[in-house]
Amino acid sequence: MTPAPGRRPAGAGAAASAGVTVSASTAASAGVTVSAGAAASAVEAAAADAYVRIVAALIRVTGDWALAEDCAQEALTLALQRWPADGVPANPGGWLMTVARNRAIDTLRRASVERRKLDELAVLTRTATHPAGHVDAVGEMADGMVGEVVDDRLRLIFTCCHPALAMEARVALTLRTICAVPTADIARAFLVSESTMTRRLTRAKTRIADAGIPYRVPSGRALTERLPGVLAVLYLLFTRGYTAGGEPAFAAEAIRLARLLGQLMPDRQEVSALLALFLLQHSRHDARRDADGDLLPLDQQDRSRWDHAAITEALGILATIRQDGPYALQARIAACHATAPSAAATDWQAIASCYDELARIQPTPVVELNRAVAHGYAHGPAAGLALLARTRTGGRLDGYPLAVAAEADLTARQGDHDRAAALFRQAAALARSEPERRALLHRADDLSHQG
Amino acid sequence: MKYLMFVCTDAQPDTDKENEPDIHAWVAENDARGRRLQGSELAPAAAATTVRVRDGELLLCDGPFAETQEVIVGFDLLECADLDEAIEIARAHPMARAGRLELRPFAEPQR
Repeated sequence: MTPAPGRRPAGAGAAASAGVTVSASTAASAGVTVSAGAAASAVEAAAADAYVRIVAALIRVTGDWALAEDCAQEALTLALQRWPADGVPANPGGWLMTVARNRAIDTLRRASVERRKLDELAVLTRTATHPAGHVDAVGEMADGMVGEVVDDRLRLIFTCCHPALAMEARVALTLRTICAVPTADIARAFLVSESTMTRRLTRAKTRIADAGIPYRVPSGRALTERLPGVLAVLYLLFTRGYTAGGEPAFAAEAIRLARLLGQLMPDRQEVSALLALFLLQHSRHDARRDADGDLLPLDQQDRSRWDHAAITEALGILATIRQDGPYALQARIAACHATAPSAAATDWQAIASCYDELARIQPTPVVELNRAVAHGYAHGPAAGLALLARTRTGGRLDGYPLAVAAEADLTARQGDHDRAAALFRQAAALARSEPERRALLHRADDLSHQG
Repeated sequence: MKYLMFVCTDAQPDTDKENEPDIHAWVAENDARGRRLQGSELAPAAAATTVRVRDGELLLCDGPFAETQEVIVGFDLLECADLDEAIEIARAHPMARAGRLELRPFAEPQR
């Protein structure tokens, strides 16, 4: 794979970070119709929509991932050079597709690749004059599958998230190929060097070719089996952006992808449930930390700083869901918090029954723990402690700081402040991040002062 | 693409011999559809002979080359469009439940 210059068309300042500068003197001598800045934002706007379509279509036709990414990026580079002088074309996405496709044809001709791929690329030429949305449909007809129109981007998502790839490879490949996140940023999030991540991505792409992982959206039973895996990748991507120290932009990418997946598979309710969950979690983004950057618990957050537009959108989505799966239940729990006027006015009864249902279909230790906490608020600390004790039998939550913190919180609410303070210190000793540790010690100190 | 499918099981199979699923239906179906090119059950691992040449000297060992908990008890050569098709064929094989199957593509993609 060519070490592609990292570029993120979707994000803010894509053109600026692209390492492409439009020479003012060149632009002036050419009799500029648009300013370099305007052209750059036009490239950015077109790229946000077109980039993944171009990459996905070129992979489908050529089967060559590196070629597809290189050609798409070359098209963006050329747009940044040309558009300031020539003006932004009427159909920017089509223009970019044509350029990328021409590059692919040139490269493949030089490599004297088989006729079939060149013929299929020619189909992309004709369709490139149409709005980008039509490209996939006509491309599909070239495959002889008229009637079943599958978006190339959907194919790309399912291929990047194929269960025959390791989970970490799926997340990295999704970020790189679908979200166009620079390899260096992905490497940072995975705590590895850029060259290690480059090798890992290359290995994943090689594996796709060697193992025979298809570039296709599964159908029937296979789709039902595979969709949860795709959603799990999105969820992991989101939590990487959400947890302390994660790459904040990944949460936004996960939301964008969930939206795209929802558009492409509108009849799959678990997809929209996941989007609702993301929107609700992310709505607290600006209120989650104090001035020192430490995480704030829900009851201490300034609720006016929550993103109420996102909350409203999520509630609208939840209203359309008829059968609740795990993501819908988690979203409903998040919605109870998001709509409570204050922490004290939270509907814990509703939250506790959502957790009952969630524990029934997904009986993991962490779900059981949260269920115990919810019951502690809904039905009193004694009920919570009893459930917690049952959950911890067999050592299933040993060494898990949040389990100790939950016991500490419930104990404090029962009135035993000394024991609660000791438990909070015990939880702090287990904490996995510095802000989490500070927050737990803070609780312990407060209780010690109250006596 | 061509896949060599290794049919593996624990050295001491924990399945009831009497209740072992019938493989003939699987073989018949995949042969009829042209997806299984070749295949066979293998004699027990104890019948294996491992061959090496070191410093020009022929070294023979009785038994399989790897001492593991699993043994290869059979193989099938599959012709499939892609990995997903191979997985669908493999999941229907009785030994997917009683043991495990390894799908190994041929080195040169045959597409």
